[in-house]
Amino acid sequence: MNIPSLPAVKLPLSGWGRCECVESYVHRPEKVAAVSWVLKGDRSAIARGLGRSYGDAALNASGSTVLMERLNRMLAFNPQTGILRCEAGVTFKEILEVFVPRGWFPGVTPGTKFVTVGGAVACDVHGKNHHRDRAFSNVVRSLKLILATGELVETSREQNPDLFWATLGGMGLTGIIIEVEFALRRIETAYINSCTLKAKNLQQALELFDEYEPNYHYSVAWIDCLAKGDALGRSILMLGNHATLSELDPQQRTNPFDYQLKRSFNLPCNAPAGLLNRMTIAAFNEFYYRSKSAVKEKAIADIDTFFYPLDSLGNWNRLYGKPGFVQYQCVFPARVSSQALTELLKLCGQEGWGSFLGVLKRFGPEDGLLSFPFPGYTLALDIAVKPGLYAFLDRLDRLVINYGGRVYLAKDIRLTPESFRKMYPRFPQWLEIKSRVDPNNRFTSVLSQRLQLSSR
Amino acid sequence: MNRKGILILGATSSIGRSLAQKFARQGFSLHLAARDIFEVERVAKDLTLRDRVPVSWSLFECSNYQTHGEFFLNVINKFEELTGVVVCLGELGDHHQAQTDFQQTLAIINSNYTGVVSILTHAANYLEKQERGFIIGLSSVAGDRGRQSNYIYGSAKGALHLFLQGLRNRLSPFNIQVLTVKPGFVDTKMTFGKPGLFLVASPERVAEAIITALQQQKNIVYIPQFWFWIMLIIRSLPETLFKQLKL
Repeated sequence: MNIPSLPAVKLPLSGWGRCECVESYVHRPEKVAAVSWVLKGDRSAIARGLGRSYGDAALNASGSTVLMERLNRMLAFNPQTGILRCEAGVTFKEILEVFVPRGWFPGVTPGTKFVTVGGAVACDVHGKNHHRDRAFSNVVRSLKLILATGELVETSREQNPDLFWATLGGMGLTGIIIEVEFALRRIETAYINSCTLKAKNLQQALELFDEYEPNYHYSVAWIDCLAKGDALGRSILMLGNHATLSELDPQQRTNPFDYQLKRSFNLPCNAPAGLLNRMTIAAFNEFYYRSKSAVKEKAIADIDTFFYPLDSLGNWNRLYGKPGFVQYQCVFPARVSSQALTELLKLCGQEGWGSFLGVLKRFGPEDGLLSFPFPGYTLALDIAVKPGLYAFLDRLDRLVINYGGRVYLAKDIRLTPESFRKMYPRFPQWLEIKSRVDPNNRFTSVLSQRLQLSSR
Repeated sequence: MNRKGILILGATSSIGRSLAQKFARQGFSLHLAARDIFEVERVAKDLTLRDRVPVSWSLFECSNYQTHGEFFLNVINKFEELTGVVVCLGELGDHHQAQTDFQQTLAIINSNYTGVVSILTHAANYLEKQERGFIIGLSSVAGDRGRQSNYIYGSAKGALHLFLQGLRNRLSPFNIQVLTVKPGFVDTKMTFGKPGLFLVASPERVAEAIITALQQQKNIVYIPQFWFWIMLIIRSLPETLFKQLKL
């Protein structure tokens, strides 16, 4: 077979948070063999999907960045088992468009559908059902990736399991993921039977999670990070199950798998820096919290509204203006979650670092060697970049480490190598595998260099 | 045996793949052909899975002319009726190398012109008898005027333009539509990362425009349409002036 050459173009790229812009040699293969061709050179490489990692995970200063978007072929689907085999560049949006009308839904989906399957593996993404179904790795059956040698290898729980567990959550640093085989779940309708609950404060929110989660497949809470005193951590819980046919109204029942593309809007330019400040966020939070009634609200929601609310505004990251923003997502062990979250929220309040979007969620068991989730509560905060932010986040890191927690690498842009090692105790095990499969450290990213994720 | 079918040559190219998807959505059965059998199989499986139409595939080597007859016979046997033949073949090649290396020149000419003529000869004779169907050929705006930066590729695409024009003239009494497509800059492997490109169209958009032109019984289309005006100006520059431009 002829190995196609692949031109590279020097392009600046940034993560979704847009606070760091890095130039690299960008390739966009349209054939599998072209990926191996990229690795024939001397440059280091990192694969990039849709660039939804917030920080520097899909950037590679001076090396190659391999855009995977055109390797997006769906290869096989077994309607008996729901197992889909597809290339890494296939997006969740494409999977939903093809499979929801046929009665299937991704076993695990992140909170945006603008994520590739390869990115979902590399970051071992989680969804609103982590407390039940764990991370994306849990639905993955097997992977094919191109190693530093240019060789295409298959790995699964049975076949070369070390490589499998180092790749799931491995931030693309073991090789370039080419194919993924993973499970979809059967659904009876394209709707969600949802329930919204209001919690007066953090304590009540955690109690409501405890009370309701056994009955709901999906759960997440929006949290007001600026509320203080008795209202600290006041939240709105959103719970849901896939609706059954009998739960739909007669009109919906005529076409239970109706999944039409909604119009999405794009911001034509950056919003002014500072648009999302303490005052505007506090006003929004107040409005949003009050807009929900105190009693349980039940509704039949469509998939996009329930799972992907932010996707309706195509490039919402521009709301933060030119300086960009950081998403800080951490998880605390279950037994200390309440105390740790209280302390963290108090600190945010005292120091005035408001978050427009605060998300609280409970996790189930841990998976890959560098996978983020473990049993406990996770909190995600979007914070606009301003002087002093990184110093403040260093303080949060110390708090997180003290409580035995960790931060999510897919969102990170500023963690130190020392803090990282304290948060990810299974890193030495991962590093041993990385050194074995990629001894010359051919797969690097700005993140891997910052956190020194190699033995060289 | 499948119903109405369409043969797409060069189906692994981004325009070929997008066009295949559009035809699949119209319910046509497809036969995909390309020189990279590993890749064409993946494209075929993707279309089968997404659009649930019968898709077959086989190897097609543009410059291996003696295989074209047998190849074409195999394709027509797959369908009740072969309705259309779409040719998305052609390599930009390395123009700089081709200036001194005739083998490279020949490779460019074969993939863009000679090979296309060979397979379209089989297709034209078949469709002429059937008295129904269409041929779509991808030429290029580069074929409208010879320029120092890509005149070898351009001359092959220009020759293809004339070939399709003649074919159209011959086949029009037999109810066969021959559509010549002249894309401007398209976001493909050929253009990715090239400096100085403007208003680059996505392959999906080009495929959509081709389908529309086919339905409107067009003969020659520039895609996007404004290229018609750009090329009108470029073609009308006097040669004495044009030869002094660095293009």
